[in-house]
Amino acid sequence: MILSGAEIVVETLIEQGTDVVFGYPGGQVIDLYDALYTRSDRIHHVLTAHEQGASHAADGYARISGKVGVVIATSGPGATNLVTGIATAYLDSIPLVAITGNVPNSLIGRDSFQEVDITGITLPITKHNFFVKSVDQLADTIREAFAIAKSGRPGPVLVDVPKDVQKAAFEYAAAAVMEKTPQRKAKDEKLQNAAEMIAASEKPYIYIGGGVVTAGVSEEIIALADMLDAPIGCTMMGLSAVPDDNPRFLGMEGMHGHYASSVGQDEADLIITIGARFSDRATGNVAKYARRAKILHMDTDGAELNKNVSVHMSIECDIQDALTRLLKLVKKQNHPEWMARIAELKAEEDKQLRDITPEDKLTPYALIKEVSKHTEPDTPVATDVGQHQMWTAQYYPFAKPRTFASSGGLGTMGYGLGAAIGAAYASGKKTVLFTGDGSFGMNLNELATLSANNVPVVIVLMNNGVLGMVRQWQTLFFDRHYSNTMLTDRKTDFMKLADAFGIAGYRISEKSELESVIAKAFAEEGPVLVECMIDKDEFVLPMLPPGGCIEDIIVKVEGE
Amino acid sequence: MEKKFVIAILVENQPSVLTRVSGMFTRRAFNIDSLTVGETEDPNYSRITIYATGDDSTRKQVMKQLRKLYNVKEVKVMEHPKSVYRELALIKLKNDPQTRQEVLSAVDIFRSKIVDFSPSTLCVEITGESSKIEAFIALVKPLGILEMCRTGIVALERGSEFLNSDTCVK
Repeated sequence: MILSGAEIVVETLIEQGTDVVFGYPGGQVIDLYDALYTRSDRIHHVLTAHEQGASHAADGYARISGKVGVVIATSGPGATNLVTGIATAYLDSIPLVAITGNVPNSLIGRDSFQEVDITGITLPITKHNFFVKSVDQLADTIREAFAIAKSGRPGPVLVDVPKDVQKAAFEYAAAAVMEKTPQRKAKDEKLQNAAEMIAASEKPYIYIGGGVVTAGVSEEIIALADMLDAPIGCTMMGLSAVPDDNPRFLGMEGMHGHYASSVGQDEADLIITIGARFSDRATGNVAKYARRAKILHMDTDGAELNKNVSVHMSIECDIQDALTRLLKLVKKQNHPEWMARIAELKAEEDKQLRDITPEDKLTPYALIKEVSKHTEPDTPVATDVGQHQMWTAQYYPFAKPRTFASSGGLGTMGYGLGAAIGAAYASGKKTVLFTGDGSFGMNLNELATLSANNVPVVIVLMNNGVLGMVRQWQTLFFDRHYSNTMLTDRKTDFMKLADAFGIAGYRISEKSELESVIAKAFAEEGPVLVECMIDKDEFVLPMLPPGGCIEDIIVKVEGE
Repeated sequence: MEKKFVIAILVENQPSVLTRVSGMFTRRAFNIDSLTVGETEDPNYSRITIYATGDDSTRKQVMKQLRKLYNVKEVKVMEHPKSVYRELALIKLKNDPQTRQEVLSAVDIFRSKIVDFSPSTLCVEITGESSKIEAFIALVKPLGILEMCRTGIVALERGSEFLNSDTCVK
């Protein structure tokens, strides 16, 4: 079948299993949008308000569905608007294919209108990128892009298609969905050594990251923890892999981790790390990190082994395969003393939590718990970046893998609304977005997308009138110099804002309104914005100061 | 401990590959002392030789990050003395009757050659390990170097060790 390049792009996307794409049209992708128009019965395009929103939507779609997210943008500013979204996906290892149009080959390099070297720009933030010079390479290049995006440690791939290539005609024949390239399997000897290391441990601690979500090994992790009589801690990216109500689960560790999870990790004698990369937010001061422990590190990406911390044993592996085999090698262990110590830490943590969450106050904790009464185990939850994100990570009871979309590595404020839209499309379910007034202000234009498509997102906006996370640092480390973190001068009326976009809006000002307003918001069929007034001096606690270690942990701050 | 090392990288012979490789060094704050690139016996592949400085863990990290690049097919450390290292330099010197004899002696002793001769300048081509080239430069520097160009190191393993398209693991 002879098709135009633009048609080949769309057919190849469909062939590779894409049913939803997010994007924004423009001069150098008109042909592509024409091909989408005539195929709208087979592939649904969601028009966002801004290309950045589209890139986050594709990312949110990928995180929740486990499939490759696809975003389309035109050349020049369309392409550069994708950059933050691509970098977000890169840092969190999210499979994404970004298709950009570009000026015709004959105009490349002449600073033509809306011409930009997007493959050059995205070089350090993509797993790989392609400039498609001629139409005969087009279908195979897109196929390869899918294979790269989802294989091994996933990540974003950009394919830049000049306009003349979109217009050129070439033979197209549908091909099979690209398989993931097989990953290196762990050597028997390595796993045997790992099992011996585990057998010698008295205080094992299982530490999981986003790689566990990617590999889909939640059951294996829980089985391992039961076998070893060990607690499970995680990075922010590892959230949702193990249900919150699992008695062995301690939650997130690190800068704003749970007390028991961070202290437990510090007291362990063996940290079995699976699919995590020891980011500075997770470790604090590397020199003082895990001083008492040996570290066993299993990861898909060999370059992560011994990169940020030196470990005692590292295994580059297909995590699913390695864990399955490791489970057969380890013997049942019992560590009553260790688990009693963990229980003691958890009790201490509960006490600290009661101290910072008075019952009569409208706290982020109370809000998140109230919202969670209305969600299902498989409800997708997205966040923006800042205090609300950390509170969500700490308090929201994630029950199933792939229900959490949050920018971990890049910490992208403005990520949430786009991601929530993508998550809603991926799941077909009512989706929750926790956001703050700072982050929300960055990309609230996507309310238009919610409204136009009636996407069922419940936006829970924690409004404290400040850039809370920066303010928290200013309070603790900058003598309360609140430099440029007050937002109250903006005078934004979020109820009028919701109204302007044709979205239902509710405000919670008092604790007494919490229950009824949240119930009303969840009763709405379409998108809804719930603004909840939060004290500007609510802190995210505990906190390990940047570059600090466990002894520096802050569990309470006296208010002003 | 910081050490010098030489790595050979077999890459697809395509545009932008050199940028991807050198960009990885910049992005991860690894230093390059010299870099050379050229086609191999198989025109589909180019070979990049990078001479760099770093401790053991830096070297390992460099290798692993290079292997992650899509167009990189194989990466190998060219260990000394199991490998032959060579570098070429072109050095333009003042052609001064008072120092000419000294220059010619140096050229002779270092088994280099004069490839251009004009009334006021002469150009020396010298090949060898970097240390030899540096010794030569030190010797002729007082005589007045006008211009200089070095290729950077190329390296091949001795004996029956190969790095070619047939030995690629990727």
